[in-house]
Amino acid sequence: MSPQPTPPRAEGDPAIRPRHPSDPPQTPPEKAGEPLLRIRGLGVQFGGFHALTDVDFDAREGEVHFLIGPNGAGKTTLVDIITGLTKPTTGSVSFDGQQLVGHKEHRIVHFGVGRTFQAATVFEALTVGENLDLAASYRLGLRRLLRQPRGHADAVVEALEVTGLADEVDKSAGALAHGQKQWLEIGMLLAQGPRLLLLDEPVAGMSPDERTRTGELIRYLARGRTVLVVEHDMDFMRRFADRVTVLHEGRILRADATVAEVQADPTVQEVYIGRARDDRNSAGRSGAAAAGAPAASDDEEAA
Amino acid sequence: MSALLATVRRRVVGPREELPARIAFAIVAFLLIVVAPSMLSDFRLGLLAKYLVFAIVAVGIALAWGRGGMLVLGQGLFFGLGGYAMAMHLQLAEAPDGQPPAFMTLTGAEHVPGIWGPFESTAFTLAMVVLLPMLAATLLGLLVFRSRVRGPYFAILTQALAAAFVIFLVGQQQFSGGTNGLTVMTFFGLDLADPDDKRTLYLIVVAVLALVFLIGRQLVRSRYGRLLVAVRDAEDRVRFLGYDPTLVKVVAFAASAGMAGLAGALFVPVVGIISPASLGIVPSIEMVIWVAVGGRLSLAGAIAGAVLVNYAKTELSEQLPSAWLYGQGLLFVVVVAFAPRGIAGIGEWLRENRGRLRRGRDATPAAATTVEEGA
Repeated sequence: MSPQPTPPRAEGDPAIRPRHPSDPPQTPPEKAGEPLLRIRGLGVQFGGFHALTDVDFDAREGEVHFLIGPNGAGKTTLVDIITGLTKPTTGSVSFDGQQLVGHKEHRIVHFGVGRTFQAATVFEALTVGENLDLAASYRLGLRRLLRQPRGHADAVVEALEVTGLADEVDKSAGALAHGQKQWLEIGMLLAQGPRLLLLDEPVAGMSPDERTRTGELIRYLARGRTVLVVEHDMDFMRRFADRVTVLHEGRILRADATVAEVQADPTVQEVYIGRARDDRNSAGRSGAAAAGAPAASDDEEAA
Repeated sequence: MSALLATVRRRVVGPREELPARIAFAIVAFLLIVVAPSMLSDFRLGLLAKYLVFAIVAVGIALAWGRGGMLVLGQGLFFGLGGYAMAMHLQLAEAPDGQPPAFMTLTGAEHVPGIWGPFESTAFTLAMVVLLPMLAATLLGLLVFRSRVRGPYFAILTQALAAAFVIFLVGQQQFSGGTNGLTVMTFFGLDLADPDDKRTLYLIVVAVLALVFLIGRQLVRSRYGRLLVAVRDAEDRVRFLGYDPTLVKVVAFAASAGMAGLAGALFVPVVGIISPASLGIVPSIEMVIWVAVGGRLSLAGAIAGAVLVNYAKTELSEQLPSAWLYGQGLLFVVVVAFAPRGIAGIGEWLRENRGRLRRGRDATPAAATTVEEGA
């Protein structure tokens, strides 16, 4: 039994060099439907409270995946874990083969994961253009950050165009309307070019017109990217979701379904849709059967 | 739409109203370099040199506190590190070759103590004047910002360190001169008793202040400057943009420490002495007051604040020695309560309102952007 000499390897061998965040994104191997985001056995406890229990979740490239569920279902907690804000007690989160659990928030952004918050957070003392420029510059080293910026990068111009904020480029972000702040925040994500975007209640507090525009923005984002949307608004979900996952009390109730499947699922109706409808029209309809039919017709109207 | 975007893309972004700022800079430089030395007596010019030294500290505080939101209540520590490094070198230069400085011979020392040794070198000293405070601030910042200590906890921590430094200096009398501090007579060949040489020293101070101001302005106007403001206003959001706020804050804190160290080093020849009395808790708080009065969002305002408050202090102390402390306290309260943007804020307010009158209804967005601009 003589020890096998390990063959010397070239230093630049891409097979052994750890992947650098600034490397171009690896083209995913041609495995059809291989999920970009893969979550397995995720659990988190706060004190004695189980916020999430045994959650499995997949999201594929190019889809708009809605995460719905009643208040306290653990939707935002799931987003917090993916983006490194909360550490899970058990389980794994892998993104494009990269393990995310244990990395700091800003490292996870460099892997290609971006998020927004329930309350839109933009830098109010800076202008719209400066907000976007800062978002687009996150890969620059300190020496380049210390230079005075001249003109806007293409990513910033694209974000201005897509969000419809070009007229407001020199306005301070604090002076924007509520809906515009949400769009600016989404635009900042877009300028960073992430492969996975997590939007936490992007249409909360928006008018119907603003909701439609936000939905169109989300459909635009989904070209070549994965968008995960946490939302309460069922109508919005019906109009813009590709896939839907339902969370209830920290567990997956229905994973990776279509809108129609979710609407037809009696358990989902019971915990979520049915209950909401019962609250609204208590006119003697028995929950499950009544909720399914009008929901389906709503869907046809929207489409 | 696309025509508008094309102009957005091409247009030079950033400094607006560049010309008036340059004219103002030239006027102030002319006043300081040409007018002041010919108009002021040697004594008054010496005082002005001291105010300008303090203005160098103020630029650093405006950067760390005004832009970065870090209330640095212990700049005396960094001021002292720079000051003592310079004083040690000057004392060694004045002492006969290989002999310890004069104050040490009183206690019977025969050799230059080990920690003084390297300060015999001019190059080492000049480097340490800036690097020592920056290094101390970097280590402290990495430790403190990483564990997400901020706000008043950070302020109290910096203050405690300034106090500890004073206790250390007083305790190590055989190396530091204790409460007496270190006295110097010459500065790299300049005789500090000679009026012409003092004028040269004054011009050196003006030059260093101009340099520090330009560095500070570059920091403020760069992307890094915006990032610093972003960290100040929404640190957690910055993390999710892919930046590490710890590093952003450390850079500003270290820069402000380096400026304080540089000021301390110039303070030594300008005043002729450095002692714990110039860098304890009270002087450290006074430094913050200058910046609050001048306007912490504006580097030029901070400079004006340092000069004006110290001028008022000299004048009032000459007339009514006991009144100054009350006057200073009152000034601070009034500024914090009624003019949070300080003297610079008054100028900005005038500019905004003039713009509003001239441009009429459309002025509001433009006025909103000028608020953050005053560098």
